[in-house]
Amino acid sequence: MKALYVGFLGAAMLASCGGDSKPAGSDSGSAAQHASGGVDLNGAGATFPNPLYSRWITDYAAKSGVKINYQAIGSGGGIRQLQEGTVDFGASDAPMTDDDIAKAKGGAVMHVPMVLGAVAVTYNVPGITAPLRLTGDVVADIFAGHIVKWNDGRIVATNPGVSLPDKAILVVHRSDGSGTTFIFSDYLSAVSAAWAKAPGKGKELQWPVGLGGKGNDGVAGQVKGTPGAIGYVELAYAKQNALPVAALKNANGDFVTPSVESATAAAAGVAAKLPANTDYRVSIANAPGAGAYPISSMTWILLYRTPTDAVKSKKLTDFLRWALTDGQKSAAALDYAPLPAAIASAVLARLDSITPSPAK
Amino acid sequence: MNTADAGDRAYRVTVAAMAMVVPLLLLLVSVEVVRAGWPALHRFGIAFFTRSAWDAVNGDFGAAPAVYGTIVSSILALVLATPLAVGSALFLSEFAPRWLQQPVAFLVDLLAAIPSVVYGLWGILVLIPWLRETVMPFLADTLKLGNTPLFSGPAYGNSMLAAGIILAIMILPYIAAVTREVLLAVPRSQREAALALGATRWEMIRDAVLPHARSGIIGGIILGLGRALGETMAVTMVIGNTHEISASLFSPGYTMASQIANEFSEATNDMHISALMAVGAGLFAITLVVNLLARWLVSRVAGERTA
Repeated sequence: MKALYVGFLGAAMLASCGGDSKPAGSDSGSAAQHASGGVDLNGAGATFPNPLYSRWITDYAAKSGVKINYQAIGSGGGIRQLQEGTVDFGASDAPMTDDDIAKAKGGAVMHVPMVLGAVAVTYNVPGITAPLRLTGDVVADIFAGHIVKWNDGRIVATNPGVSLPDKAILVVHRSDGSGTTFIFSDYLSAVSAAWAKAPGKGKELQWPVGLGGKGNDGVAGQVKGTPGAIGYVELAYAKQNALPVAALKNANGDFVTPSVESATAAAAGVAAKLPANTDYRVSIANAPGAGAYPISSMTWILLYRTPTDAVKSKKLTDFLRWALTDGQKSAAALDYAPLPAAIASAVLARLDSITPSPAK
Repeated sequence: MNTADAGDRAYRVTVAAMAMVVPLLLLLVSVEVVRAGWPALHRFGIAFFTRSAWDAVNGDFGAAPAVYGTIVSSILALVLATPLAVGSALFLSEFAPRWLQQPVAFLVDLLAAIPSVVYGLWGILVLIPWLRETVMPFLADTLKLGNTPLFSGPAYGNSMLAAGIILAIMILPYIAAVTREVLLAVPRSQREAALALGATRWEMIRDAVLPHARSGIIGGIILGLGRALGETMAVTMVIGNTHEISASLFSPGYTMASQIANEFSEATNDMHISALMAVGAGLFAITLVVNLLARWLVSRVAGERTA
């Protein structure tokens, strides 16, 4: 279906090019598309940043006239389309592996972090008003099925004065492959050696216990409806639906609730320790630093380092430069955490290393 | 050569080409699905369909829980839907007054027009809370069935039972519509003959109407089964999506269709994609076998009658 659709899109573009009777030099293709009111850049990938990317694309089109088409088909789909070269850029919540990059037909791939996301742990424990306080190893043991009751001593230990019920814990996880699951399992792997061994981290895991819900709404719906349930959802989803969220103990030993500020603080904590030549395929799970929320992650736009079309490449890097500067200001309003200034400026400098090389 | 001849020939060629397109598509789809699933089928062998592991992180795949869930949820749906559907069709064709016949038949048919995602939403918002708070406690505690394997375990709502009920409602209109048409097609003379011999109304239906309609009713049931096997969205929303084989209808499960829908868009690893395609090939094979079985059953029943 998707392949067919892309094929159709391509055919439509070819047709619009053919309609232009006056070829204008080597890059007549993109010029013709522009002239005929077509799309300048095509991208596909992660659904998580889609609301923000859509906003950016609208704002940027109003400002510069560059039309960008972004299809939120999922991180996996975005990576596959980039590998095949059917899109000008991809987007993903999980960095590409070395194997993924090796399979890309256009050569080396650059990861450009755009904003930060956080994953909130939400729960339904009757009679609790203040946010639950949980440590990383307790969260890991709950999701691994080792802690099965809400009044377990290890949960009580971090929640003095809270009367926790003698109720079974029901774990709810995502059933669909998801960047949210990747970020959450990346965190659990960082805080628990046992979790890192199995089930490990990925967009789709072999969960030891629990029910699978489809999408953030599937997980949240199940948690809301079942007393004793615990699950994880994106920060934006938790905030917009006013779900109860747990405060988690970070690497500094503070209990931090998820928020735009605490996610940015996590990235800032990691930024200081990045080597100068980093490719930004880095995890910011369980980040050090005061006020850092431990289940945070970057979300990336993926593009080729040596694109064949210089005109398109310029348009794309111009858009990314705008998104990394002016665009960051609209992030917080949509519950995405802006990049810390140190990372944003380093990434901007890195965009200069993109060198278009015309196809032979 | 006159023009009528040429026209005839062109017509024949066109129609023949159209007729060929459909089987060709079927062939291409099956070849493509098996080809894409081949790496996984080759790596795990036929055991792919009997193993329970599904670990995308380490590339270890087996489809047994999904195969089990697909078959159990569909059979459960048939068991729940068939008596209702056949009963409603019997009522409409044999007992209902004319003024009631049309509107009720229309409403039953309308069930087929509801999009499956709407069934899923209804499942999440209405069916699951009702199962969790009323039906499951009633079955487990009031009827004391909680210790039998079929109804054991905690009552979350999301379960094989929920999937079976949703599927039953979804396939009911298909079985009911086919059965109703088949019953209406039974000749009047059959009924009159039975009544003339002194049969009661029930005996007339049992001895004259149902045997005549049997192959058609089985055909309708199989049509419903085919639909239940492949249903994706509504099932995904209520079944709980857990790779697990459990005898209890209260336990969450998985189906082959919902597994593909859940995981395909985010699968990047080659073996993962291949394993999902292999699940697709398996689902294709199961539906094929069910359809062949149905044809055989229908032809056998039809043959018996004429003999």
